[in-house]
Amino acid sequence: MSKDIVLKAENIHKTYGNNEILKEISFEIHRGEIKIVCGPSGSGKSTLLRCLNLLTQPDEGHVWLEGEEITTPTMDINQARQKIGFVFQEFNLFNHLPAVKNVSIGLEIVKGMEKDEARDYALKELERVGLEEHTHKYPAELSGGQKQRVAIARALAMNPVIMFYDEPTSALDPQLIGEVLDVMLQLAKEKLTSLVVTHEMGFAQSVGDNMIYMADGKIIEQGPPLELIQHSKHESTRQFFTHIAELYERERR
Amino acid sequence: MVTVWDYLPYITWGIPWTFGLVFGGLGIGFILGLPTAIGQIYGSNELKALLNAYVWFFRSIPLLVLLFLFYWGIFPFILRRKLSTLITCILVLGIRSGAYQSQVFRGSMNAVGEGQYLASRAIGMTHYRGIFHIQLPQALRIAIPGWSNEYAIILKDSAICFALGVLEILTRTRYVVTATHEPLIPYFFAGALFIVLTYGGTKFLNIVYEKTRIPGLVGLM
Repeated sequence: MSKDIVLKAENIHKTYGNNEILKEISFEIHRGEIKIVCGPSGSGKSTLLRCLNLLTQPDEGHVWLEGEEITTPTMDINQARQKIGFVFQEFNLFNHLPAVKNVSIGLEIVKGMEKDEARDYALKELERVGLEEHTHKYPAELSGGQKQRVAIARALAMNPVIMFYDEPTSALDPQLIGEVLDVMLQLAKEKLTSLVVTHEMGFAQSVGDNMIYMADGKIIEQGPPLELIQHSKHESTRQFFTHIAELYERERR
Repeated sequence: MVTVWDYLPYITWGIPWTFGLVFGGLGIGFILGLPTAIGQIYGSNELKALLNAYVWFFRSIPLLVLLFLFYWGIFPFILRRKLSTLITCILVLGIRSGAYQSQVFRGSMNAVGEGQYLASRAIGMTHYRGIFHIQLPQALRIAIPGWSNEYAIILKDSAICFALGVLEILTRTRYVVTATHEPLIPYFFAGALFIVLTYGGTKFLNIVYEKTRIPGLVGLM
């Protein structure tokens, strides 16, 4: 397999009860690529991300990270997960720890870094997301946008080879979305390989190299974002983007 | 002439015994209750069923019945000899408190929520590190009010150990009443001691709760 492929998914299936959430999902992400995933809610986007870093066990299929299969039983999944930065819709910050500790705890406990070193490293990561003034605040003292930036810093600190974003701005008030997108844009410009589940079409068009449209647990279509948004081949894709565009129009007014 | 007042120090000396029962019971209860809560949340179905049976058993049977059952029945049957009344009482209070405490801890662990656990796994923590570094530090703080309730309950329940003759506050009080034929003052005094101990202990735990307070983390009763 080409060394340039950071992540490869092959034939991922996931079923909950009688509900088939993911069907035959296959794709790959190259180094430096920003891949956008969109689709109606319930189409399996979040489940897909979780199956790719095995927070949820897929029923079938294989995942390779930098050429190494992580879906084999012998794989130390805790090792593999360190290389995948995961940003959740609901932030999921550690509420008992101040921002700096949220970022450094993984370095200390998972990577075995010395306390002081981990702290310095964490402070740098927080500076990178523009939070140098808020390092000692607890999550409850931060705004939603700040929380999500801490969550991004926490993921970055582990020095991942790829970032997963699971609708990172969907739980935010509209006026807080910008600060999170700015950080993501900056990381995208630094060519940090990313898989981004989002409905932010502005973001998708400006930095997305590729876009996957999912519905009912299947990949319906993929291609460059602009092409998909404007010249989609499938009726359901067209309807989805028209609907999204209308929503955003309404919001801007 | 010796009056009932002269016996009050004798009753007061029941406090170390009562403390032995309470802290022994709370300690054993903690050691049993916390793993029980973890098992009830993360264990296999078989383990969950077993732990549920334990909790259900000890929550369903009156303490007095448990004391008699263990003192005359279960311990002699298993160990081939009777344990001392004090040890029996501490063990029974502890095993029973473990059943109740597991419910306190289970509630507080659930209150922390799954999201933070998932986040800990996502940065590469193992299952147990996620529980010990992320979930438990928060769950234990959240549990303090509920746990202080458990202290108040076990303190008062410890008086039932008079039935096996452990020399705690109530047992001594009854001796004094028998000796002096004067029930009012001794029982009143015993009640007052329990009030002071309940108040003092919950007040202390309240201070611990305030000292360990973290913005956004609220305790559960």
